[in-house]
Amino acid sequence: MSSDAMAIQTAEVRGAQPWVQTLHEWVTTVDHKRLGILYVLLALIFLIIGGIEATIIRIQLMRPHNDFVSPQVFNRMFTMHGTTMIFFVIMPVMFGFANYLVPLMIGARDMAFPRLNAFSFWLTAFGACLLYFSLIGGSGLYGAGNAPDVGWWAYAPLTSRAFSPGHSSDYWTIALLVSGFGSVGAGINIIGTILCMRCPGMKLGRMPLLAWLNLVMAGLVLITITPLSAAQIMLLVDRYLGGHFFDTQAGGSAALWMHFFWIFGHPEVYILVIPAFAFVSEIIPVFSRKPIFGYPVMVGATVAIAFVSLSVWAHHMFSIGMSSYSNSFFVLTTMVIAVPTGIKIFNWLGTMWGGKIQFKIPMLFCIGFLFQFLIAGLTGIMQGAAPFDWQLTGSYFVVAHFHYVIVGGIVFALFAAFYYWFPKITGRMLNETLGKLHFWLFLIGFHLTFDTMHIPGMLGMPRRIYTYEPGRGWDTWNLIVTIGAFIQGVAILVFVANLVFSYFSGPKAGNDPWDAWTLEWSVSSPPPAYNFASIPTVASRRPLWDRKHPEDPDSRYE
Amino acid sequence: MAGKHKTERPVLVGRATRILVLLGGILLAASLCNATTPSENAVPSIFDPRSTQAESIYHLSRFVLAITGLIFLVVFSLLAYVVIKFRNRTVDATSEPAQVYGSTQIELAWTVIPILIVVVLFLATARVIHAIQDAPKPAAAVEVTAIGHQFWWEFRYPALGIVTANELHIPVSDPAHPTPTFLKLLSADTDHSFWVPQLAGKTDLIPNKVNETWIDSHQTGVFLGQCAQYCGTQHAKMLLRVSVDSPEEFQTWAQAEKQPANQDDREIAGKRVFERTACVNCHAIGATNATGHFGPDLTHLMSRHTIAAGAAENTKENLRLWIQNPDAIKPGSLMPAMKLSDVDLDALVRYLETLQ
Repeated sequence: MSSDAMAIQTAEVRGAQPWVQTLHEWVTTVDHKRLGILYVLLALIFLIIGGIEATIIRIQLMRPHNDFVSPQVFNRMFTMHGTTMIFFVIMPVMFGFANYLVPLMIGARDMAFPRLNAFSFWLTAFGACLLYFSLIGGSGLYGAGNAPDVGWWAYAPLTSRAFSPGHSSDYWTIALLVSGFGSVGAGINIIGTILCMRCPGMKLGRMPLLAWLNLVMAGLVLITITPLSAAQIMLLVDRYLGGHFFDTQAGGSAALWMHFFWIFGHPEVYILVIPAFAFVSEIIPVFSRKPIFGYPVMVGATVAIAFVSLSVWAHHMFSIGMSSYSNSFFVLTTMVIAVPTGIKIFNWLGTMWGGKIQFKIPMLFCIGFLFQFLIAGLTGIMQGAAPFDWQLTGSYFVVAHFHYVIVGGIVFALFAAFYYWFPKITGRMLNETLGKLHFWLFLIGFHLTFDTMHIPGMLGMPRRIYTYEPGRGWDTWNLIVTIGAFIQGVAILVFVANLVFSYFSGPKAGNDPWDAWTLEWSVSSPPPAYNFASIPTVASRRPLWDRKHPEDPDSRYE
Repeated sequence: MAGKHKTERPVLVGRATRILVLLGGILLAASLCNATTPSENAVPSIFDPRSTQAESIYHLSRFVLAITGLIFLVVFSLLAYVVIKFRNRTVDATSEPAQVYGSTQIELAWTVIPILIVVVLFLATARVIHAIQDAPKPAAAVEVTAIGHQFWWEFRYPALGIVTANELHIPVSDPAHPTPTFLKLLSADTDHSFWVPQLAGKTDLIPNKVNETWIDSHQTGVFLGQCAQYCGTQHAKMLLRVSVDSPEEFQTWAQAEKQPANQDDREIAGKRVFERTACVNCHAIGATNATGHFGPDLTHLMSRHTIAAGAAENTKENLRLWIQNPDAIKPGSLMPAMKLSDVDLDALVRYLETLQ
């Protein structure tokens, strides 16, 4: 039989293969592209779940003294919403993109440790399932279940057995412990891949910024997930083995948990936002038709952000009664981090300056990212000024601020990434009209919700309250916030519809629909198994530019 | 390519509209922040400070807002300029713009200028931190111990021998002879946070830790606040009222609070109900055998305007409801439903109403 005939026969067999076999292939896969897609799908499922939780929260707060849900349910909703969105939406989706893109962009055929890769993914997925199993088993299986209700920071001593009986807090603890090991595995894999698997010619200084930024992100994962996992184990020891680390009734320290949590928690923000920077740093140059402005400075600024981010954690704790000297120290470190962040914003603007900006959907989302990340950074400086923070922390201002970072910044960058790389991953373009509708709806909804949300915070509304008194000037603002949330919900549905619709009937993308410059665009869409038939050799940061412009290659200037 | 040019227009128009809407919103917000009712202080805005501490925070916040506002204007203008000026207008799509890789001078400039801004902001902030946290305690200061409970506030005045709950009374402070109130903050169970936006920024109440804050208000009135650190099911209804009294009012109030509970036996039946049910396990009433301290001290219950940590007004109907079915007012509170007969309940409420 000729090889052609065999290929056809294989294709026929595959087309007819039972779904069990397809499922088996996906469950047992160690392929970086498939695992990347699995991470992204996991994140999308939990995005919908976390979004439903947010909607319940917003309906309850729509008007004062509303009784849509009980306080118990409300407290579970905000705990689950926060935990889900951070650990089971943004982190997996970032690992997913890193998994898919890093080997393609550095000219590798797979990640360094394919089996560890699969193991890490399934640990994350298992952690997510454990968290939601609390809805059934949270009361120890003897009654109706209940989800954790201790807030996503789970401050001690609320998590001690005295205040959190049953098992809901245990599910929270173990879910984060398990998915934490998954994250560490993914981090090790990304570092190993980037350090050891680059194609010939790709020196560290020639890597695409996406690879650099994911390298920094993975380093932060290794450093910061560790104290979180340690704290979770200590909490379990407290709850089941009679330890007294955080058990204040037996002389433990509540502040100790806060330190453990935030030495993880603040760098975690950068674990989430650095990959978002990575997307923007790849997309803005392509749609401005210019190379990234100040590549070495962009790398340096990222490393600086990661480094300084390890010393700012207690700015989440300005109100816990630290000394004036400690508070001043954390004010300084917090404000210092604004410098490298500012450099990044200016360098993106520098990239656009003098370019020919094409307003394709990914670029629209990137511009939205720049605008919102600027504001999020500035409200961050306000909260960095400790006395100002004594008024703002624990209020709706903070909630507005970090949603500005996470939704206005990270999620906008993510949408840009979806529109930009979807053609590579599926071979089909996302629908442009639906994309524009998605962008504008989401932008309007976002600003209605999160611009407005700052105001009740400044008028004295604390976060995590299931209801509030009328007549304090909070009512109208909360109603507007809720309306905006619904508009965002519709926008997300448009996005999901676009994903599904375009996957089946979008126009064919071809290898390089954006006329881009990094290696992933040199292979077919979707890329073949093991990516590169022959490993490429690169001579500059933009290998495809060199190929398209042999008369004026980048290698001449680097 | 002409068609391409057209599609860009709505993008820009849309952006402009969005900015206008945003600016409108900010103006509206600013106007609302100032529109507080002077008598009631119903809106606890951080931009309407009524104490030394809140005022110095307010001044710092105005400074920080001015600087960040300026940064916003500069960077936003740059962004808007870049987006409008450098949008692709050329008919020839194949030509690429000049490839610029960076510029050390420019990058140095936008590193050094932010560093200078950071230094200024840090110094301004550190000054206010020191002024507030290291403020000296004058001899005339009133000392109060505030203890956070799930989900109510206990206030003790050790020097005056007063124990009360949820409604803090402090004397107004004359700048010439300041009588600030210094609060020692403790917690009986989980973390809480003391926050009265017009009087003081947040300071947490953490078990096994002693924290401190102070209030130095130059104006009488009632100021609203509430617990600002998630402390459990009813975190939302752990409200807080601070009454800043004139020196005379404060004296009168303190005198009344120091008295033992009403001893006349007009409502002896209700008193008996109180003494023979579980009420005494959690509540104290001065000069009776009720010495529980898990719940608020009720010696002068009727001197307070609210019950259940501000969740309801202190009226006969609400007292009845609160005793019989606390979940109707504050679901998840630790007050148990007492399940009294109507006769007992009426007698008990009548007795409580004598606790002036």
